[in-house]
Amino acid sequence: MRPSSGKEFRDTLTEEQQFHSRLSVLSAFVWVMLGMLLLRFAYLQIWQHEHYHTLAEENRISLVPRPPARGLIVDRHGVVLAYNDTVHALEITPSKVTDIEQTINELGTIVDISARDRRRFKLLLEESKRYESLPIRSRLSEEEVARFAANRYRFPGVEIKPRQLRQYPLGAAFSHVVGYIGRMNPKELEALDDADQLANYRGTDHVGKSGIEQSYEALLHGTTGIEEVEIDAGGRAIRSLSYTQPVAGSNLKLALDAGLQAVVDKAFGERRGALVALDPQDGGVLAFVSKPGFDPNLFVDGIDPVSWAELRNSPERPMTNRALNGTYPPGSTFKPYMALAALTLGKRTPEQVTLDPGYFMFGNHQFRDDVVGGHGVVDMYRSIVASCDTYYYALANDLGIDAISHFMARFGFGSKSGIDLLGESVGVLPSPQWKMQRFKQKWYPGETISIGIGQGYNAYTPLQMATALATLANEGAATVPHVVETIEAVGATGPSPRGASAPRALQLNPAHLAVIKKAMIGVNVEGTSAMAFQATSYMSAGKTGTAQVIGIKQGEKYEAGRLREQFHDHALFIAYAPAEKPTIALAVVVENAGFGAQAAAPIARAAFDYYLLGKPAPSLPAKGTKP
Amino acid sequence: MNAERLRRFGRWVTRYIDEPLLGSVVVLMMVGLFVLYSASNGAMMRVYAQLVNMGVALLVMWIFANIPPHYLMRLALPVFVCGVILLIMVALFGQVSNGARRWLSLGVTRIQPSELMKIAVPLMLAWYFQQYEGALRWRHYLVAALLLFIPVALIVRQPDLGTALLIVASGGFVIFLAGLSWRIIIGLGISFLAAAPFAWRFMHDYQRQRILTLIDPMEDPLGTGYHTIQSVIAVGSGGFVGKGWFSGTQTHLDFIPERTTDFIFAVFSEEFGFVGNVVLLILFLLVISRGFVIAAQATTPFTRLLAGAITLTFFTYAFVNMGMVSGILPVVGVPLPMISYGGTSLVSLCLGLGILMSIGTHRKFSAT
Repeated sequence: MRPSSGKEFRDTLTEEQQFHSRLSVLSAFVWVMLGMLLLRFAYLQIWQHEHYHTLAEENRISLVPRPPARGLIVDRHGVVLAYNDTVHALEITPSKVTDIEQTINELGTIVDISARDRRRFKLLLEESKRYESLPIRSRLSEEEVARFAANRYRFPGVEIKPRQLRQYPLGAAFSHVVGYIGRMNPKELEALDDADQLANYRGTDHVGKSGIEQSYEALLHGTTGIEEVEIDAGGRAIRSLSYTQPVAGSNLKLALDAGLQAVVDKAFGERRGALVALDPQDGGVLAFVSKPGFDPNLFVDGIDPVSWAELRNSPERPMTNRALNGTYPPGSTFKPYMALAALTLGKRTPEQVTLDPGYFMFGNHQFRDDVVGGHGVVDMYRSIVASCDTYYYALANDLGIDAISHFMARFGFGSKSGIDLLGESVGVLPSPQWKMQRFKQKWYPGETISIGIGQGYNAYTPLQMATALATLANEGAATVPHVVETIEAVGATGPSPRGASAPRALQLNPAHLAVIKKAMIGVNVEGTSAMAFQATSYMSAGKTGTAQVIGIKQGEKYEAGRLREQFHDHALFIAYAPAEKPTIALAVVVENAGFGAQAAAPIARAAFDYYLLGKPAPSLPAKGTKP
Repeated sequence: MNAERLRRFGRWVTRYIDEPLLGSVVVLMMVGLFVLYSASNGAMMRVYAQLVNMGVALLVMWIFANIPPHYLMRLALPVFVCGVILLIMVALFGQVSNGARRWLSLGVTRIQPSELMKIAVPLMLAWYFQQYEGALRWRHYLVAALLLFIPVALIVRQPDLGTALLIVASGGFVIFLAGLSWRIIIGLGISFLAAAPFAWRFMHDYQRQRILTLIDPMEDPLGTGYHTIQSVIAVGSGGFVGKGWFSGTQTHLDFIPERTTDFIFAVFSEEFGFVGNVVLLILFLLVISRGFVIAAQATTPFTRLLAGAITLTFFTYAFVNMGMVSGILPVVGVPLPMISYGGTSLVSLCLGLGILMSIGTHRKFSAT
């Protein structure tokens, strides 16, 4: 194969020339390619430099949110109702764990993990994003922390983190007014986004869900701090570049008297109902009870599904804030206002009497008084003290529905009180316009009669009843009820008052008010609730009421055992004290408890005794004094 | 007396050394040490190790510069045959690492025969064309292509697409320089384009992924695309004059993978910017230009083909590496000549440059 001859025939010169031409081609190729590289460098390093500079900075700098401490909630005497406890929480980041079930089982051998914890975690897992760190256990003991630390190499994606756990030391008795915080849901996130607050909530995963916690969310939360941290590719912090301190949320001092609240809670016992007590002079909410309550501490690190279902499905409806959202016919507690309307509108004088035969005839329909045979001859004082229905049937008929609804509106019946709690119900102040709007029907004059004794379409919240009474007790000067008394912003020079608005005078004749007040004092001295107020060292004024329960509401389950009780009347009582210069006015409703004097009035008595005489409250949990 | 001896010794040492080539290479090595020092976060261990590598590489370069080209010619066939046998042994008994069978264990150490083929293939082809000097026919090109195909096929099977492509390039340069007709080149080009879809079907998933990643790195930003994205950010954020030595955030915060080896150019580019890149391009261009001059002046087909191929291989390394780091070429394991940390590539590149020097310097002694 090797060529052996004819070297002179070989065209070596041509071949060499060809090589040189090929070399030139390749040399040009090299120049072009290097030129391309040069262009690429210029593009990246000059033309696009800004862009890549930004990317490199974003790579290296991580903004770590430093969430603020949530503001404390204390009562008027400084008793702590909500505070933050720093606890060790065991948290799992689902995206970093391959088999969560397995991991939890193994963790269970090191720290105590209850069935409740597992259920709670499962629910959290469904609701959260995979890369979020979710608590499986909080409040680890020192020993558990140590045990986990020794075993942590076995659990990638599981960490112990210090967490601020919201605590409600006084528990269920304050659940409806203080409210609770819980993990944010998508709707709440969206609301924060709309309010342009999302950035301020980075690093925070809880938000107020009800009560003061929800209504004062913006103040309680504070301002999130930001730490600029240089990080490496593995996400490890190398050093801190800058740090903006978080600003803790404002502390709220309530007008509420924790002792009073506890007294009322205890006085209710196992019964359902609500009580709202106000300071008539400034509208401060002294007690705000809705029974039954619930343990707000269940919610702070995510409620487990079983407890949640229990709360939701309980026929007692513990999650309903009855003081704010329960609406009840006021029954006879409406009568003092009716009488005042009669005086103000000139339809009756105090001395003018009505003959009560035990019934009132309207057309051929008979409206019965609850005393068979009637009260006989009744003037205004007697009509209130003895709670005579016939007197008010006739009065309602004389006044007419328009006059009644206009007058009652001035006391705030059927409109929001303006309390600093979200989600207040409006109730129903009946009027022809309301009925047309609600039922597309005109008003029948016969319907006016039972309005006079607080029945019919009448439906008001305990808060409205208390507000109206406070106005009456405060000589017709209406105040806006408020739970929060002062706001102590961190760094501010001093607490700033919430800014109670000046009372709004209803322009009532003091002489007329005196008549009504005298009658209401009579109620507690010689009237329907005299039994409950025997031997008090202070003078009080009140009015009992009994509200008929019309029937089973739609959608409610039929339960034979409870049915009878559900048809029982609600017991109501409104009262203020001391009668000469009232410092407390309250409305109390006890559901399905029958006659107001028996069930409701003693609760008011207990409240007055504590508030006015300083009778000791049932013991408050000791840790409540923790700052 | 002593001075005279020293001078004589000096003359003897530098007899077959090409000064411009040596000068550019040493400057490149110095630059490499500086970048490496920063890339390894100021740890001297790698710098010392690289210094040793450089010493060995320069020694190898000196040795090969002193071997006259006609001795090399005799080595061409045995070296090539040895290389092919080793490749076959790799295929049969090779060690698997990173999912590829590339290494051959020799008890105490292990070797990567594909590295040897980078120099053996151009050597073999140049030798082969030398045999038919002045009488090249199309069938000779065909045989050359076959000679190229055998090792390439074995390396592709390992699989090591990067090395295979570099060897195809080095062999291809020889065939091209030997005067393969343009008609065939164009014909091959067209058939290559036509065959690309079929080739796609025979590629490994990771090879396809690399090509896809090049088209759109963001498609897989945490996987294959991560290298490219981070190195491009490093290059771009370097700007006109760079962030300064030891001040590259991408480098020192671990965002650049393989930053002492294949991606060391990202470090250089981030810290010395566009200006540094231009300087580096000029240094490479000096080496390449000198290589071209040596090739152009070479007298025999063997020497000029070999010189051309070595020069162009050097260029290919540099281009592919910088192209890869700046995001215009797929990620293939090609080091940056003289800069990247690592002994093997440094020695084999210097070996090539030694041959280049030998071709350039022996011309005046053996041009008979």
